[in-house]
Amino acid sequence: MSQVAEQASISETHEEIIHENTLFAEPIAHLGNFPITNSMLNTWLVLVIVIILAIIIKKNLKTVPRGLQNGLEMIVEGFLGIFDSVTGSRQKSLKFAPLVLAFFFFILLNNWSGILPGVGSIGQIALHDGEKIFIPYFRGGTADLNTTLALATIGVVISHVLGVLVIGWWNYLNKFINLKAFIEIPKKVIKDPTVLLVNPIKAFVGLVEIIGEAAKIASLSFRLFGNVFAGEVLLASMAAVLAWGVPIPFLFLEILVGLIQALIFAMLILTYLTINTTAEEH
Amino acid sequence: MLAKALAIAIGAIGPGLGIGFIGAKAMEAIGRNPEATGKILVPMLLIAAFAEAIAIYALVIAFSIK
Repeated sequence: MSQVAEQASISETHEEIIHENTLFAEPIAHLGNFPITNSMLNTWLVLVIVIILAIIIKKNLKTVPRGLQNGLEMIVEGFLGIFDSVTGSRQKSLKFAPLVLAFFFFILLNNWSGILPGVGSIGQIALHDGEKIFIPYFRGGTADLNTTLALATIGVVISHVLGVLVIGWWNYLNKFINLKAFIEIPKKVIKDPTVLLVNPIKAFVGLVEIIGEAAKIASLSFRLFGNVFAGEVLLASMAAVLAWGVPIPFLFLEILVGLIQALIFAMLILTYLTINTTAEEH
Repeated sequence: MLAKALAIAIGAIGPGLGIGFIGAKAMEAIGRNPEATGKILVPMLLIAAFAEAIAIYALVIAFSIK
């Protein structure tokens, strides 16, 4: 399989070159046996931006904020207000804020990185099974199912781990297998005989929740991936219709969708965290 | 080809209706109490995105059918 690397804009079409938005991110380099895909390159770029921003702000922290620090403080303040409506207490919001805001900013920048000029259009032409296809060097970070699956898994697993840490093993286990219901039978059976029938059922109702956890991971990852990937395909199709002017409203739509999806992901992770760290009151 | 078209077409009926209902109820609530527009807007957008996610699942299936 020979690779002919050249700028896409100067490709001649005496042979058909296939430009197709594939579901899977294409590998553009290999580190030994490990393929580096174009989405991975984008996530690294976003990481570099976030780290540089963080270092710049940390070095110039002032008590009376100006400029960038001021803007970011406003954003964080606004977010803490939104978080309060989910968690119910400012203290809990402050504890969860670093994790949830990390998710939010990472996903936001990755979503927006797919709109940048040059992403998806600068690449190389490779020979695949006898036909030439175009492989872009960059592709939106969250337009790859691997990234979103990883983010969703991390979020859900952390919510469970924090649940165990905050409310303890006994309470946590009781959310799935309700042993408290069994123990209460002898206490209540004198006053209320239906407890004998109802409580054993209550004990196992929680088992279905385990399937719910897998559903959470799947829905989180697919929601984010589907929105961003569909946006990319939409932009490519609109640009194929008429490259001057037609994509503009769709670019605005993409910006909005990127923001909303990042917000939803962060809010859902916050909701799961809150639910898992509050013991069930009876 | 037909499978791809059917997958997304049928899959978009439910979410379309759902988002319509959400919007309708939100408009009703705003009509009763225009001052609460800001408080109603954010939850409405959030729930609309959930409903839209179902359509996105169908779209991903449509993309992955050969």
